[in-house]
Amino acid sequence: MQQQLLKFALAGIALAMFSWVLYLIAYVLPAEANVAAYQIIYFHVPSFFTCFTGFFVGLVASGMYLATGNFKYDSFAAGVNEVALVFATSGLALGMIWGRYAWGIWWTWGDARLVTMLLCWLLYAGYLVLRRSVEEPSTRARLSAVISIIGCVDVGIVYKSIDWFRTQHPSAVLEFRGGGGMGPGMEYPLLISWIGMLCLGVLLAMVRMKQGETSIEIDSLRREANSF
Amino acid sequence: MSAAALEVNNVWKYYGDFPALRDIALQVAPGSTMALLGRNGAGKTTLLRIVAGLSKASRGSVTIHGSNVRDESTRRRIGVLGHGISLYDELSAEENLMIFAKLYGVANPKQRVNAMLERTGLERVREGLAREFSRGMRQRLAVARVFLHDPEVLLLDEPFTALDDRAIAVLQSLLRDMSQRGRTIVMSTHQLREALELATHVAMIQRGKLVYAGERKQEMLDDTGWLYRTYGEN
Amino acid sequence: MYFTGVLTIAAKDLRAEWRTREAINASLAFMLVILVLFSFAFDPGNPEINIPALAAGLLWMAYSFAAALALNRSFARELQNDCLDALIAAPIPASALYLGKVLANFVLLLAMEILSLFIFSLLYNVKVATHIWELLLVIVLGTWAMAIMGTLFSALTVNLRLRELMLPIMTYPFLVPALMAAILLTDALLHGEPFGPKNTLWLKLLAGFDIIFTSLAVLLIDTVLVG
Repeated sequence: MQQQLLKFALAGIALAMFSWVLYLIAYVLPAEANVAAYQIIYFHVPSFFTCFTGFFVGLVASGMYLATGNFKYDSFAAGVNEVALVFATSGLALGMIWGRYAWGIWWTWGDARLVTMLLCWLLYAGYLVLRRSVEEPSTRARLSAVISIIGCVDVGIVYKSIDWFRTQHPSAVLEFRGGGGMGPGMEYPLLISWIGMLCLGVLLAMVRMKQGETSIEIDSLRREANSF
Repeated sequence: MSAAALEVNNVWKYYGDFPALRDIALQVAPGSTMALLGRNGAGKTTLLRIVAGLSKASRGSVTIHGSNVRDESTRRRIGVLGHGISLYDELSAEENLMIFAKLYGVANPKQRVNAMLERTGLERVREGLAREFSRGMRQRLAVARVFLHDPEVLLLDEPFTALDDRAIAVLQSLLRDMSQRGRTIVMSTHQLREALELATHVAMIQRGKLVYAGERKQEMLDDTGWLYRTYGEN
Repeated sequence: MYFTGVLTIAAKDLRAEWRTREAINASLAFMLVILVLFSFAFDPGNPEINIPALAAGLLWMAYSFAAALALNRSFARELQNDCLDALIAAPIPASALYLGKVLANFVLLLAMEILSLFIFSLLYNVKVATHIWELLLVIVLGTWAMAIMGTLFSALTVNLRLRELMLPIMTYPFLVPALMAAILLTDALLHGEPFGPKNTLWLKLLAGFDIIFTSLAVLLIDTVLVG
């Protein structure tokens, strides 16, 4: 019962946050911010933040699993990493739409954030592929915990290194997006949007976690039924 | 009370939520030979792997002569013979044994390797590559590897299965030697006759639980199905 | 004692590989094929295509593809005859087993890469002799990164069904920062620039990558191998 309440609360907050952001975009923010392409930033950047937060939480949960052996941590890590991957996908999609709208191209290797996100996406897609290939829950938990840990460390390294690369090889057209180009009054919708996304992320992770626990239960019932 | 050579302390092994081993508590006295019986899937191999340090128990612990089985110093005193021969096809008999002699820190490795090659009748083919050997020769080489570092505790998983006569004879002779020298042997088996002849103690696992552990009784030798009928499910 | 274990494992792997030469032949052949095919992909006679600008990337692409072939077999060869169990049961720490294999893979890859470097220099008319020592340093650091990650993933995927497919899929994204740094450094060196203020960043990244992931791998390998 408590879980259900929490889920509804999270959904409610997320909905409220997103509505607020949309309201702000439509009515409150000054005219310069009203270029449709630009407004995507209020969903595109928080997507990335939420994604990185998810990877980090996944790292911690994986570490907890390895330390305690409690499957709850494994289900949680799996749920969080999957949800983070979803936000990576949305961040990428929004980024590509923005690129198409603003500069006429769907993709560019010159944008540090897009490339970083693509690599992180590949890393954690590998995480999911690994989870699907292993049926036995203990082995699956153990191996994915290891990947989650090195994956998150690599995310950090990838982020920093591509950032350094682009500062050395700046690409004139796209660099303005790196935090610049936004006046002081225009940043708080980012925060609101991020809070909304975090709530949505936690909600999805909880749902996924419950699914993970159920599947472990089913697996063990199946083993029990097939043993003699 | 002499310390047990092998102590399994309330070991559980879970695969997910499914308990493959439930609360196994077993003590093997030094110098005894224990035959571990049970149907396929009962948990014999799972238990042996945990005792050998190849797998970790979900709950509980295993100690060999009082120390944790995952410590290196403990592993040096254990010999493990699994299902496969654990030898490299591309290397010669001598090279194969030398690798394990070095890994186990055997003193005078060359001497010891020569001795084992002679003991298993492989002296003349020491430089032959393992892949060129016949099946029986490969089995004897595997046996040589296990006894190479003179382990105090021997763990054998169904050792007599798939051995030819000559290999069985070599293995039995080596096992009897070990037993006479006071070493401890634990073997899981289906080949009740060969194992029960050597065994001083017997343990039986059913569905992950230990249903019998004690001395080998005469009834077991006379009628190999006795144990299953008395203690097992039908 | 630890190093005896590492060296015993490394020697065993190298000796076994030298007997069959399966991985060596496959990787070397693959590397040469890539180098040759590349020249068909880009018309060398076309003045607009700047081969020297692409050379560094090409070299490392060839190196990393060939590495995937060689690294796959690293732990997989232990499955035959159940050797992996015997090694895990042996009184050496899992990290010694791991580092032994990394060392063997590293030596193997390095040998093939140096050979290919000279062939590459011939085929594409690229001068490698200037700053050869710096170049070798970069190759050593980059190869170590590939050896560390590739061997770790080889251990991780050893019991999986789709092992051959999963190893490259998972390893390459992890290696990108190291490969990127290696390519940038190689590019500068092939153009005649020695290590300077612009490059030390990448050198530090590459070395840092090696140190961080070697430590992480050594810490985590026991969890990966012993279930």
